Amino acid sequence: MAEPAPSAIGERLKESLRRRPWLGAVAVILAIFLALVAAEGLHNVAQTGINGLSLGAIYALGAVGLTLVYAILKLVNFAHGDFLTFGAYMAYLVNVTWGMPLVVAVFWAMLMTAVLGLLFERLLWGPMRAKHAGFLQLILMSIGLAFLLRAIIQWFWSTEIRVLDVNTTDTVDFLGLRIGQTQLVVVIVGVAVLVAVGLMLRMTLLGKRMRALSDDLDLAETAGIDTRRVINYTWIFAGALAGLAGVLAAAITNLRPELGFELLLPIFAAVILGGIGDAFGALAAGLVIGVMTEWSTLVIDARWKTAVGFLVLVIVLIIRPQGIFGRAKAI
Amino acid sequence: MTIDPGALVPLAVTLESLTDPDFWVSVGVLAGIYAIVALGLQLNTGFTGIVNFGMAAFMAIGAYTMAILVIKAGFSFWLSLPLAVGTSMLFGVLVGLPSLRLRADYFAIATIAMAEVVRLFAQNARELTGGNQGLFCDLDNPSNCYPDTWNSISESINEFVTNFWSDPPTLLPLLLVIWVTVGLATLALTYLQRAPWGRVLRAIREDEDAAQALGKNTLAFKLQSLAIAAVLGSIAGFFLALDLRTVHPLDFEPLVTFFAFSVLILGGMGSYRGVAVGAVLFWFVLEGTRFIDLPDPPFTETRIASVRLAITGLLLIGLMAFRPQGLFGKRQEMVLGE
Repeated sequence: MAEPAPSAIGERLKESLRRRPWLGAVAVILAIFLALVAAEGLHNVAQTGINGLSLGAIYALGAVGLTLVYAILKLVNFAHGDFLTFGAYMAYLVNVTWGMPLVVAVFWAMLMTAVLGLLFERLLWGPMRAKHAGFLQLILMSIGLAFLLRAIIQWFWSTEIRVLDVNTTDTVDFLGLRIGQTQLVVVIVGVAVLVAVGLMLRMTLLGKRMRALSDDLDLAETAGIDTRRVINYTWIFAGALAGLAGVLAAAITNLRPELGFELLLPIFAAVILGGIGDAFGALAAGLVIGVMTEWSTLVIDARWKTAVGFLVLVIVLIIRPQGIFGRAKAI
Repeated sequence: MTIDPGALVPLAVTLESLTDPDFWVSVGVLAGIYAIVALGLQLNTGFTGIVNFGMAAFMAIGAYTMAILVIKAGFSFWLSLPLAVGTSMLFGVLVGLPSLRLRADYFAIATIAMAEVVRLFAQNARELTGGNQGLFCDLDNPSNCYPDTWNSISESINEFVTNFWSDPPTLLPLLLVIWVTVGLATLALTYLQRAPWGRVLRAIREDEDAAQALGKNTLAFKLQSLAIAAVLGSIAGFFLALDLRTVHPLDFEPLVTFFAFSVLILGGMGSYRGVAVGAVLFWFVLEGTRFIDLPDPPFTETRIASVRLAITGLLLIGLMAFRPQGLFGKRQEMVLGE
């Protein structure tokens, strides 16, 4: 058999990129990784990579809930960031005010944020859907809700910067890397939950139903799925994960009323990079943006790192608005 | 347990602030500034159907370009204004070119991200923008300083006003200039809306594909709409800089854009005249929280700030739930569908 002509290889590459667009993303990330290792050394890249994983886990946990709500309810929920803030302050209440261990605080935060999600579904989003509210109505309402939540938090806890009762000094040495103990816990918990979420979405009936609804709500309803129940579970799911993400963010940084709103835009970047409505895409994209953000500190001043998420967002919107995993729908 | 009788009548001082000219001037200045921003939003969101969440960026670019040119580069105040407007317009077009092709929800996220990039730049490019200190007048070198130029204009206006009013508030000239601008912008936009150009915008809002099928270059029209909003945003940015006498990154948070959205919704979608009314009502309530003497415990300063935030939030939620067309809007003028 003759060797294929170079143009045929190009064609085949193009074809496989068209069918599996995420291959392109993997190649870009790999190229960035290799370039950084060559310029800064493996140690620095790995060290910042660990920080990136903890940040990325937070983004991913926030993004998976946001993307499902977005796809299922056609709701661009600007209050999602403040769900994270709410979770963080609920953990503060248990962990610092009531002096209980952080594990209890994490579960409490997840529970309360899930209840919050469900509460607003009952009070706002359900009735608004029944009224056939449009996109602009819903988006502005979610912004109003974001302000209301932030106002409530600011009323009770003021704008003072607070910290959770976590160990911020001890470090663990691992393969020559120095990792903060809290940081390590955040990475492990974050990634473990992400894997569990991924499995749950793929394996369980509820996960499949959620994905069915996110593909096409009406079709799912016709197929006999109790959409109301699945919507309620989606809010519980999105709320609990947002609460967890908020606690993790508070554990590695601190608490302030703007915490969640500042995380919201990188989370949106993850949602869009992953392809709106694609839960697996959001998980992967969250990690990618987190790692990219921390890697950027190797080459530019750390004060600019927040811009990385925005940069990714802008590039994706220009080149590939349907996201790296997305199918070309009308965008 | 004894109850302080003063704590039981927290609202007793309300009427006093209503006769305080400082209260009304402060309401008027902020209302005017936000009316200008909301006019831009009305053109974009109300009439073209593009949900622009990035007005704060246009305000920031207007204010910063003006302040940088005057304070750092020694340009004259008058020359800096058209340059700042031009910069803001150019930025609007650059942002719009890739993002206006996207669906409305993507565009909203893209514009708020763009506004945050501008704010982040203002916060971190310290040599140029003064970072978190902001830009203010260099007291050692007051000759090239935008408040100075403005002060002399302001004084001459007030000198003229003393013919009718013996002791006018110092911000009165700013108030007058802002509201003249609001009036002119409202007239110009209303005229544009009646022109064929405005009808094309509405066609795009109702059905972009149909407008395209009729041979209209919809992207060009949407870009023009965004560029005009950028001009209005940068003008509002100047006035904010003149009012506050500094240019600071915190003055251009996303919240600013959503204050303007509250003004827009309150006045009503698809009504230019409603914008001014919405602005006055909104800032009357918000500035009211500043002028009413609320008892310190429980109303600390951060709590009063949180009350303002809560009012904005509740207003947005309430209007969207019960009266999405606002006070003067027409329901059929609303882009409420997809």
